[in-house]
Amino acid sequence: MSEVAIASRIPLDDYAALLGEGEIDELRVLAKPLRGRSIEMINSTAVGGGVAEILNRLLPLAEELELNMRWDVMTGGDDFYGVTKSFHNALHGAPYHADQKDFDIFLACNERNRARLPLDAEFMIIHDPQPAALIEGRKKSGNHWAWRCHIDLSHPNRAVWDFLDKFVARYDAAMFSSPEFSRALPIPQYLFYPAIDPLSEKNRNLESGFVARTLTQYQIDPLRPILTQISRFDRLKDPVGVIRAYRIVKRYFDSQLVLAGGSASDDPEGAEVLKEVVREANGEADIHIIELPAWAPLEVNALQRASTIVIQKSLREGFGLTVSEALWKKKPVVASAVGGIPVQIIHKHTGLLAHSIEGTAYQIRFLLSHPEIAAKLGENGHEHVKENFLITQKLKRYMTLFLAMARAK
Amino acid sequence: MGASDMQLTPTGFVEQENQHMITAETPFEFFTVSYLTRIGNQSAGTLTEFLKGLGQCSDASIFHHTFQTLSSHHFLTEGFSNDFAQWAHADASREDLAEQLAALDVRDYLSIAALRSDLCRVVSDYCTANPALSEQAALERFYFCESVEVTLPFGLTARTLEEFRNGIVHSSHASFYFHFLSSRLRLQLQTNDFSHWLADGLGLGTLADSVNHIDIYTNTLDSARAKVLRLIDRERRKG
Repeated sequence: MSEVAIASRIPLDDYAALLGEGEIDELRVLAKPLRGRSIEMINSTAVGGGVAEILNRLLPLAEELELNMRWDVMTGGDDFYGVTKSFHNALHGAPYHADQKDFDIFLACNERNRARLPLDAEFMIIHDPQPAALIEGRKKSGNHWAWRCHIDLSHPNRAVWDFLDKFVARYDAAMFSSPEFSRALPIPQYLFYPAIDPLSEKNRNLESGFVARTLTQYQIDPLRPILTQISRFDRLKDPVGVIRAYRIVKRYFDSQLVLAGGSASDDPEGAEVLKEVVREANGEADIHIIELPAWAPLEVNALQRASTIVIQKSLREGFGLTVSEALWKKKPVVASAVGGIPVQIIHKHTGLLAHSIEGTAYQIRFLLSHPEIAAKLGENGHEHVKENFLITQKLKRYMTLFLAMARAK
Repeated sequence: MGASDMQLTPTGFVEQENQHMITAETPFEFFTVSYLTRIGNQSAGTLTEFLKGLGQCSDASIFHHTFQTLSSHHFLTEGFSNDFAQWAHADASREDLAEQLAALDVRDYLSIAALRSDLCRVVSDYCTANPALSEQAALERFYFCESVEVTLPFGLTARTLEEFRNGIVHSSHASFYFHFLSSRLRLQLQTNDFSHWLADGLGLGTLADSVNHIDIYTNTLDSARAKVLRLIDRERRKG
């Protein structure tokens, strides 16, 4: 395990300009009874992917509130990450043949990590399946353990879930990004949303010159509609389906498609999927496939801000935080009704949902034909994110959980 | 103002020279509320299952999908009233039922039991009138969730209208919601904490009534707060 170097602190008062003084005072009110009490977050990667990104922003904010929160990252070899990637896909419903050797690798890695950490914070938050077995190291001191699952467990592979279930059931609570993902567990299950930081490089306002230069850098025409999907190159994000939807749109609107994303450090399949996407695009000039570094927040920010419509056509989704990122920038979004996306896209209020390639294409065409409706959806979407999916709300939810757990004992 | 300018009235507030300088004997204490959403073990894919869920889910679930959703979606003022109506509209594609569910005004209810009873009646009547539709599968399932509430003092108190105004200005959305909306269930009265205190604490019955008549369905929490402030300012100008 290694403790992570976190992003620099942003003064709490800087958020007040966006959210109002009352909201910041409220955070202070909730934090007060938690001061001096220890909190530990544990996940499996320090960079890449939504969890690391959230924790990277959450910790500085917790520090601002004088909360004693630390973040540790699990360490493991390629074999462990290969197994957990298979588990990840299997939990999303992909085929998987149970192999005892995989389970043994998983358990051995968790045991090694258990030996290196005290695991004695008053509130232990374990993120995702990779470190789930750390619960075996729970002390008898009566600390509170909660498992935060960021992935879609609505149709999990039975063998993998049965294996994990016996660990998860020993926690005090579990948190999921959508009610659909919850399982039959003997512990309370809560709805927890991921969040974006409005002041991070990925979401803060940008100078228009920077946005323009980014478009020039990637040879994107600013004068024609830009349809964008920002996602790592992963089959579950259906980048090939996005290209097919775009081709339908292109028959009616002279537009461009941007598919931009990087691959997380725990995602060995990214390069393979990227090849499939390039093959599908077949060299078409208006399809821009952009491979970004794992951490390219300003470029992502600029591409989202330059977009006419943002797409998130996932086949399965934990939450789909790119939707909140786009909504925060007041962009109209067309997205699949999967995972946590319907929580963010209230159909016809904060965006449009689709269930197929053809449906996605139709909704995009509708918005391109009705820019006033697109603008209204973007405005509502911004307010929805402000109320529910900002990092400040996330921290508020955690503090509420800690207070509720402490009260329950 | 000297002590001789004030007198204790039979209703318990201290009356001063001007109406807006009245000092309440019992201060208004601003609280805030934070909710966790607990995922329940019931879901519905048809109207029949939906009706069953409405009848069996916890009071905290009815509260979550009606009162609490008004807070989390307060910025939507067009066509969004409660989670039940939204599901009937967007997922079950039953516009007529959605309209009836949306028309139920939480401010008319002093108990969750009464609200649940009306929700069940509306859905039951619809299923009886449209038996073929009640078994049709919805696009997405409805998941019954419930609110777990943590309340804490916000750190603001008021004894005068001026201090009360200051508290309204500086309180959070959640605090405003807690006192303005969810308080009805706590008070078991068709009023809210603000109006209750304005009437009982300061003797400002007319202002209390005006505040209580602000329509939360056609206002966001921000615009409702702005209206409360305007009403208070108007009252202060009278003084």
